[in-house]
Amino acid sequence: MKVLVAVKYAVDFNIKPRLKQDGSDVDIAGVKMSINPFDEIAVEEAVRLKERGIAAEVVVVTIGGEPSRDALRHALAMGAGRAILVQTEVELQPLAVAKMLRAVVQREQPDLIILGKLAIGEDAGQTGQMLAALLGTGQGAFASALNVKDGEVEVTREIDGGTEVIALRLPAVVTADLRLNEPRFIKLPNLMMAKKKPIETILDSDLGIDISPRLKLLKVAEPPVRQAGVRVQNVQQLIEHLRDAKVIP
Amino acid sequence: MSILILAEHDGVHLKQSVRQAVSAAAAWLQPIHLLVAGAETAALVREAAAISTVTRVIDMQAPQFQHPLAEDVAAALLELGRDYRVIIAAHTAFGRSVLPRVAALLDVAMVSDVLSIATPATYTRPIYAGNVLATLESRDPIQVLTVRASSHVVAGNDGAAEIVQAQAPAATSHSRWVSETRNLSDRPELASARVVISGGRSLGSQFNAVLDPLARRLGAALGATRACVDAGFAPNDIQVGQTGTVVAPDLYIAVGISGAVQHLAGMRGSKVIVAINHDPDAAIFQNADFGLVADLFEAVPELTAALK
Ligand SMILES: Cc1cc2nc3c(=O)[nH]c(=O)nc-3n(C[C@H](O)[C@H](O)[C@H](O)COP(=O)(O)OP(=O)(O)OC[C@H]3O[C@@H](n4cnc5c(N)ncnc54)[C@H](O)[C@@H]3O)c2cc1C
Ligand SMILES: Nc1ncnc2c1ncn2[C@@H]1O[C@H](COP(=O)(O)O)[C@@H](O)[C@H]1O
Repeated sequence: MKVLVAVKYAVDFNIKPRLKQDGSDVDIAGVKMSINPFDEIAVEEAVRLKERGIAAEVVVVTIGGEPSRDALRHALAMGAGRAILVQTEVELQPLAVAKMLRAVVQREQPDLIILGKLAIGEDAGQTGQMLAALLGTGQGAFASALNVKDGEVEVTREIDGGTEVIALRLPAVVTADLRLNEPRFIKLPNLMMAKKKPIETILDSDLGIDISPRLKLLKVAEPPVRQAGVRVQNVQQLIEHLRDAKVIP
Repeated sequence: MSILILAEHDGVHLKQSVRQAVSAAAAWLQPIHLLVAGAETAALVREAAAISTVTRVIDMQAPQFQHPLAEDVAAALLELGRDYRVIIAAHTAFGRSVLPRVAALLDVAMVSDVLSIATPATYTRPIYAGNVLATLESRDPIQVLTVRASSHVVAGNDGAAEIVQAQAPAATSHSRWVSETRNLSDRPELASARVVISGGRSLGSQFNAVLDPLARRLGAALGATRACVDAGFAPNDIQVGQTGTVVAPDLYIAVGISGAVQHLAGMRGSKVIVAINHDPDAAIFQNADFGLVADLFEAVPELTAALK
């Protein structure tokens, strides 16, 4: 079985975003980037499938500029076998990413495709479901467990109020939730070894897909700040304040 | 041109978020239609038809909607969707699974987690875990969006919509439903509760013992941080935050919670926030209306007792 994992090079989750002076966008110049945390989980799951002898090959793909090679190296160091960079300078929206990933899927013919449930930063959470729809396959969004057997993948999904198990005929698209696994730490020798693994580069123009943005960002702003609060000295004072605010009887 | 809203339900009742999606749709000043896809829908359809401002309820019954898969619900929306200018669902696990499929198959963009709608087709939504609000415009012929329920008022109950039947498309053969585990509780639903009490990992195995009596006294839902859920002290479906449920109750009590941005993303819209933490420098205090520096294992039982 072949597994394809899509990873995004995203603003590190510890970074507090700065806005550009004119409020036109978030200023990410010089900001620390990393592999999107959900995608790291997706890679970990694929590598575990390989280690358990269920997957024969793990291929990772990213769509982005030259620096996003870093995300691919990270995935290779975790244990992916080879990588593809679809090189583009365009800031892509989920529909365009899904269309490009569809083209990569058509070339690679994987049995299982794993994405993250959400790319932090834009926080859209759309690409996996869009890709499944475009491919005409089943989808298992927000997976907290996977079980591959008999040409199917059984996916435990995190839903509101509990969990749900569904079975998808392969090929299928799954998106990783946080509790799917805990990604391994990368050891230095693995990082060195990963440098020898192949990264193939495809130009966005070679895929012949219309990736022009559909959504236009008009402005960004900070959310309203909450007013400075009151420190209460004890439980009794707290209760008085809450009664004044009419939020408790 | 009308607006189509996907009505989420549990087979018995509509989710409150449907009513919030309905009031979000008012921005267009257009007729509002609701799709109820279900297996035995009679009661649900009646409930839907009574929601204020809804003009039509589309009743689509089929066995596959007993346990609806995203594939089947998306197909149902597509069957109808080409006649609509706007397709809306609440930003719940259900809406988030279905609507991206619909958008992709209509070849239009989707806007997730909409907080407010300015002029139709201009939306404000949170990015960077709610640390930034982005305002954007979609120029696609069909607008597909999920709306954050807690940012919109709950539509009332004085509607009288017409009810029409629609044929469901054939069920998918790619996927099948296997089983479901619901974490049953007699507390109010987290996403729509008026009071939420959330605990952090410091509660440990005492999570329920400490918080449950207070929750009962206040008729509150329980929430938890990711660290608390990951450690196994609370079930996953009560996680509050960027990757859990977003809540905006009248009162949010954060007990032993540090105040990480990913947690704040899920509760900063609450009206009144209380923080109880023994570390006076905890970030949560900067976001709290009332802060109490105290050991939670003493303060919470004291608070519970004082509210008798
Ligand atoms: C991609 C991503 C997504 C995430 N999504 C979420 C999410 O949706 N929701 C979420 O909550 N987190 C999320 N997180 C995790 C988040 O970053 C924090 O790690 C988490 O919220 C911390 O939980 P905590 O406050 O319980 O634990 P800690 O940060 O360990 O804080 C414990 C607090 O308890 C206090 N304390 C300890 N003992 C006592 C006592 N006896 N009395 C009073 N106070 C006490 C301490 O002073 C401390 O402030 C996410 C992280 C990532 C990377
Ligand atoms: N530029 C990209 N390159 C590769 N994969 C991506 C890219 N953008 C998004 N993805 C994948 O799609 C998932 C969801 O992204 P999003 O829909 O943007 O929240 C991510 O977790 C990745 O797995």
